[in-house]
Amino acid sequence: MKVVIVGGGKAVYFLAKVFLSKGYQPVIIDQDGEECLRLSHQLKAMVLHGDGSRPALLEEAGAREALAVLAVTPRDQDNLVVCQLAARMFGVPRTLALVNDPENQEVFHRLGVSVAFSTTHIMATLIEQQAGLEEVVNLLPVAQGKVIVSELLLRQGLPSVGRSMQELDLPAGSLIGAVIREEAVTVPRGPDRLRDGDRVLLISTPESYGPALRCLMGKEI
Amino acid sequence: MSKTLFIVVVGCGRLGSLLANGLSGQGHSVVVIDQREEAFAELSTEFSGFKVVGDAVESETLRKARTADADCLIAAAEEDNVNLMVAQVAKEVFGVKRVIARVAEPARELAYRQFDIETVSPTSLAGERVLTALTRGPREDR
Repeated sequence: MKVVIVGGGKAVYFLAKVFLSKGYQPVIIDQDGEECLRLSHQLKAMVLHGDGSRPALLEEAGAREALAVLAVTPRDQDNLVVCQLAARMFGVPRTLALVNDPENQEVFHRLGVSVAFSTTHIMATLIEQQAGLEEVVNLLPVAQGKVIVSELLLRQGLPSVGRSMQELDLPAGSLIGAVIREEAVTVPRGPDRLRDGDRVLLISTPESYGPALRCLMGKEI
Repeated sequence: MSKTLFIVVVGCGRLGSLLANGLSGQGHSVVVIDQREEAFAELSTEFSGFKVVGDAVESETLRKARTADADCLIAAAEEDNVNLMVAQVAKEVFGVKRVIARVAEPARELAYRQFDIETVSPTSLAGERVLTALTRGPREDR
């Protein structure tokens, strides 16, 4: 099970290690000769030195039989070309690209990259939505951030505690998918009331996330 | 090209500046994009178009150059991958009808031509010219 990784640095080293531990066979392509040498000493993986956006090098790395290609260089244009060549010339079923300009995430999807992720976007979302809110236990962007699933801890005194689903008046585009009370999980219905200590699974669009939090936790976001 | 066109040229190096000067001289409206302000020194004094400083790989820069209104975009930056990306973004995101990308590496050029991107490879063109010249033999008048 081959996975081709294009790029260098610590992230690539750890990615390759994770893949190795899971039984995959990572192949790394990197432009920096010294980095390649270091990686090849540290990892039981094939390391190729050169430009991963050259068809010949992708082929040498075994793109034809690869399960996935990951392009994680600091340059968006290189990551795009690597993914497109991998998918279209060598039929790689899954391509993943790092994007630096968050706007390129959407662009990459339109241009055929299976998964485009932006660390800038992820960090910004985390800071924006989680800062100062320790009751937000977990936050997970789904479908490229179009849906947010978050886990909230309810405490006495919050506006939602003691109220039923019907009385909550959650904004459109948000709903409570599950309530975790002690060890039991229930999907709440209209008359069910929230209690102190409940963990609530909130599913919402990014736009209604703030209003829904205000409704449940009474905080300004 | 008889009517006046609005053309965006990405990259103001040797090829980009040559095209921008030529097209502007023919009366077309031209916007040139380059990351380095100094690159615009290559433009002739007669160049009457606009200059945008920025990285064309960022959509923001293409917006500044009013790419959505362009009849044509020529991606003539130094790097192949910049050109391939910008050409596709111009076509798919900004809806530019005619898009041409300069791609130096022949294998990459061939691949993208099959993906329906109009490409020009200076390497292949020069190679073909040299080969044709060689097979024809030395010119008799020299």
